[in-house]
Amino acid sequence: MSAVTEPSVVWAYAVTERDRPACLDGLEGVGGGPVRAVVAAGLTAIAGDVPLAGFGEAALRRNLEDLGWLEATARAHHRVIEAVAGEGPVVPMRLATIYRDDAGAAAALAEHAGDLRAAIGRTRARKEWGIKAYAARPDPPDRDAGSAPRPPGRAAAGSGAAYLARRRQQLTAQERARRDVVTSAELIHARLAGLAEQSRLHPPQSPQLAGHRMQMILNAAYLLADDRDDDLAAAVTDLAGRHPAVRIEITGPWPPYSFAALPEARQP
Amino acid sequence: MASGDMVRPGSGAAQVYGPGPGAGREPANLGDILERVLDKGLVIAGDIQVNLLDIELLTIKLRLVIASLDTAREVGIDWWESDPWLNSRAAEQAGGQEELEEENRRLRARLQALESGR
Repeated sequence: MSAVTEPSVVWAYAVTERDRPACLDGLEGVGGGPVRAVVAAGLTAIAGDVPLAGFGEAALRRNLEDLGWLEATARAHHRVIEAVAGEGPVVPMRLATIYRDDAGAAAALAEHAGDLRAAIGRTRARKEWGIKAYAARPDPPDRDAGSAPRPPGRAAAGSGAAYLARRRQQLTAQERARRDVVTSAELIHARLAGLAEQSRLHPPQSPQLAGHRMQMILNAAYLLADDRDDDLAAAVTDLAGRHPAVRIEITGPWPPYSFAALPEARQP
Repeated sequence: MASGDMVRPGSGAAQVYGPGPGAGREPANLGDILERVLDKGLVIAGDIQVNLLDIELLTIKLRLVIASLDTAREVGIDWWESDPWLNSRAAEQAGGQEELEEENRRLRARLQALESGR
C-alpha cells in the first residue's frame, strides 16, 4: 500500500475458521515478509505478500528449480502453517498457491467454502503423525554380494550342480528375508491404521534423503484424535519389540498435510 | 535407546525406535517437510498457475524418492503406485507422451512457418 513498494502477489499458506490467529503478529513468512489474514465467506486465508519479481509465473518456475530457494521457501511455508495449527484447526495449502491480490484469495475461499469447511471439520481435534519404518539390514539383498558362492571350480564333477543348489538356497533365504520385511511393514501399518481415523501411504524416501542406508519399507501418515498420542507411542513401542529387525521413526505432530486434499482434488 | 515412554516430539521432530544409527530424537528433516508441502496439502487453483507436476521440480521430487523405488518394488512394496507424481514419471518413462506432444506441436508450428515463408 505504501508508495514505494514493489509489485507483489499474495501467497496463501492455509485456511482456518478463526478470524485472525494471534500468532500472526511477528511471524515471518515466505520471502521474509509479514503474514496476515484474508477473510471471506466466514473463512480465513492465512496469506502474505511476496514480490512479483520472485513469484510471478516465470520467476517461480525458475526458483522452484533451485533447491536452496525451495528449502527456504518450504521451511517458511511450513513454519507459518505450524504456528497457525498450534492455535486450532487448519487446512494447509500446497506450496506455491498464489493469488494476484487479496480479492483473488477471497474469491477462492468463497468458491470452495463448503469443501474447505468440510476439510477443516475432518481434521479438527486431530493430529497427523508420520511413521517411517526401515529394514535394519543396512543394504537390501544384492544380486552379487561379496558373500556370493564361488563359481564352480574347473575340477570336481557335479560341483556345478552343487553350486546351483547353494545358489538356490541362498536366493531362497533372500526371498524369505524380503517377504519378512514386507510382512513387517504390513503388520505395522495395519496396527497403526487401526488406531487412526485415516491413514495414507506415501512412497518410500530414498536413502540419501533419509540420511542412512537402510531400506525404507513404510512411509505412512496417520490422522489420530488429539487424545491418542499415548496410544500411538505405546503401539509403536510394542511394534518395535515385535519386529526387532525393523527401525521405526515417528515424526510429528504435523499439521494435517496428508489429509487436507479435497475429495475432488485427488484426481489429477 | 528409546523405548517405553516416548519423548513427545516437537512438530516434525523424529522419535526413533529399534535398531540403527541415531536412535532417539532427531530434528525434522527437509525431506519430510518437502514431501508434505509439495505433494500434500490442499490444492485449490491460484491466479498464478505453476503446475508442480509439470515442471522440472519433478526432478527434485524424483531425486527425493525415486532412488529407492526400484529396490522397494523389488522387495514387493508398491503401494504408492497411485501417486500422481510417480504416475507422471511412469508416463514419461513410457515414452514421454507429453514431451512428444509438445515436440509435435513445435514441429508443426515450425513446418507451418517454413511453408508460409515460401
